[in-house]
Amino acid sequence: MTADAAANAPVTTDHTGERAFPRTSGWAIVARKELADHLHSARIVVLFIILGAATLIPLYFASDTIKSVAGQLTDTRGAFLALFLASSQDYPIPNVITFVAIVAPLLGIGFAFDSINGERSDGTLPRLLSQPIYRDDVVNGKFVAGLAVITVVLVAVVGIIAGFGIVRLGIVPGADEVIRLLLWLAVTILWVGLWLAFGLLLSVRIRRAANAALVGFGVWALVAIFGQLIVGVVASVIAPWATAATLEQAVALKALSDGILRVLPLTIYQEASTVLMRPDLTTVSTPATIAQLGQLNAQVQGQFLSFDQSLLLIWPHVVALFALMAVCFAAAYIWFMRQEVRA
Amino acid sequence: MTIVTGRPSRRRRSSSAAAAAAAASDPTAPIRTRALTKRYGERIAVDALDLEVRAGEIFGLLGQNGAGKTTTILMLLGLTEPSGGSARVVGLDPTRHPLEVKRRVGYLPDSVGFYGNMTGRENLRYTARLNGLEDAEAEEAIALAVEHVGLTDRADTRTDTYSRGMLQRLGIADALLKDPDVLILDEPTASIDPIGVEDVLRLLRQLVHERGITILLSSHLLNQVQSVCDRVGIFAFGQLIGVGTVPELAERFGFSLNHIEAVIDAGAEGDPEIARLLTAVDGVAEATRDVPRADADAVEAAAAGPPAESETGPSGPAERTWIITTEPGREVHAMLGSLVGALAAHRLIRIGRHEPTLDEIYRRAVEQHGQRRPADATEGAA
Repeated sequence: MTADAAANAPVTTDHTGERAFPRTSGWAIVARKELADHLHSARIVVLFIILGAATLIPLYFASDTIKSVAGQLTDTRGAFLALFLASSQDYPIPNVITFVAIVAPLLGIGFAFDSINGERSDGTLPRLLSQPIYRDDVVNGKFVAGLAVITVVLVAVVGIIAGFGIVRLGIVPGADEVIRLLLWLAVTILWVGLWLAFGLLLSVRIRRAANAALVGFGVWALVAIFGQLIVGVVASVIAPWATAATLEQAVALKALSDGILRVLPLTIYQEASTVLMRPDLTTVSTPATIAQLGQLNAQVQGQFLSFDQSLLLIWPHVVALFALMAVCFAAAYIWFMRQEVRA
Repeated sequence: MTIVTGRPSRRRRSSSAAAAAAAASDPTAPIRTRALTKRYGERIAVDALDLEVRAGEIFGLLGQNGAGKTTTILMLLGLTEPSGGSARVVGLDPTRHPLEVKRRVGYLPDSVGFYGNMTGRENLRYTARLNGLEDAEAEEAIALAVEHVGLTDRADTRTDTYSRGMLQRLGIADALLKDPDVLILDEPTASIDPIGVEDVLRLLRQLVHERGITILLSSHLLNQVQSVCDRVGIFAFGQLIGVGTVPELAERFGFSLNHIEAVIDAGAEGDPEIARLLTAVDGVAEATRDVPRADADAVEAAAAGPPAESETGPSGPAERTWIITTEPGREVHAMLGSLVGALAAHRLIRIGRHEPTLDEIYRRAVEQHGQRRPADATEGAA
């Protein structure tokens, strides 16, 4: 603190309109800083390892199966995607897309659970909000940064799997398969984005980051592990299709049961990713009527859908996932805008 | 502390034009509120506040924790919406033009925090970017701000290694980055060591003198800010119960200013003699010994603890403090000479007008106010 420092400053009291608006909008500056934070943080390493293990382990165990099947295939359409679908014959390990469906939400929660309450407890929030940016720039920027880092991680993981397939198993993807893979990636980013928005909501609502993380992982465990069990039991009670008297009844009840299972966003995501990754699937779930059942039977074996037809099939799923994400984000947004700056 | 030889001329290019515009268009105060009110449910945090901070002054908003200081500041910055009334900061309504207000007002929050995983400089760089500074421009501004607060040596270490006082100083640098017209500081001296406090207060003085910044600061550490504030506002129960300079407030709350304090190095045996000498001086109404404060409640306070003020100095056993009350209408300054003359035979250590400290004024102001509204008093302070 020196007198000279201040003394050399020109004296003015007013300079209205002199300063230009920030060249980059506020959310982009926030996002840039948050992204740098994420990429330097220890948690990206941890999550990358978890997700990498979740994909490479099933891939490793399934590789023998894929190899033997790939050798016999005359029609190689879909063989590349089998990398993500194959499970081992010897070990009870789910395939890659199931693993991703269950583990990827950790990414979303992991990058968001302390985003707002962390700023609050560090005492940086009032300082940040007193800068000339809108208040929603903070929450928007953080969300965008989260999505960006999730995209980076997922692209890296998918790249590793694809590389593994190409180099070690000698399976080269066709254009249709590449597009399907990219679509699946997009839906997966949406899926993780939903959890990111949920984590953001928790970080706005729950003042302590540790509690927010606990709640977030609790909900994740509920949805990913117990959810399908619980909802499955409920569905079988409401719609006991296995013990139906007639075939028509059985078909109707099965459709109802599938509908109940879709209460879980996990079911929606899994259906979407299965259809996207399997060109041979022509329906999302069991046919709703006997007539459809007949159509399915009449279908020629080995018939493949093009990617746009598959996308059409699961479009409602995509919309539902997007809507869920939007609702979570909107809730976080509104709460944040209404909250007092001070604790 | 280093010497800074130059300052980038971010605002120089149109400073004269801007100054002319300021003089012509807006003679009003940089901060003005009219009946500004904030309610949290039933509780009234800020109650119809009329506040005016003039250009180029340091205004101290003094009050206990929970008096409503921070709420007022947040409303001035547009970070909290008022329940009623209006505010004008740099001529703008902070609720309707928050961005422009935040662009021109630097703010140091109460217990300011920084991102611990980043260095001081990186933290400031983020702020600079949020304020739309170009990279080269930002680096210059950061270097200057860091020098201002004497943190150049530590600017490149992570802020989680900083002490509380260093964070506070970095916070001031942070608020200065945007080259503000108005600086609002919430508890700027809390948790800084005494020497650090002096540094900070001196810096604030400089900013006002050299750059014409207007400063509003809030504090509950009254004596720390007493020296630096041009005017103070006493804030209690969400209301401003007194505004003015310290002597003005002293008078307003019934502290008579016709007291002279004399410290004399004489043993107890000298007391009668000195009492006789003092009362003999023309214009002296009364001379009493060792009653540091001329009013009853202060006597009580003095009995409860050590003399509250360091201004009385270290009193050796032989040092006796006398309070001399002058007759009404007598000019205190004119009487000092004759008093010194009367005490010529004794070892006079110090003599001067006895002014109440801000602490005393504050206590009395709150008491008087509390007697008027006893019901709200405890609630508001909670």
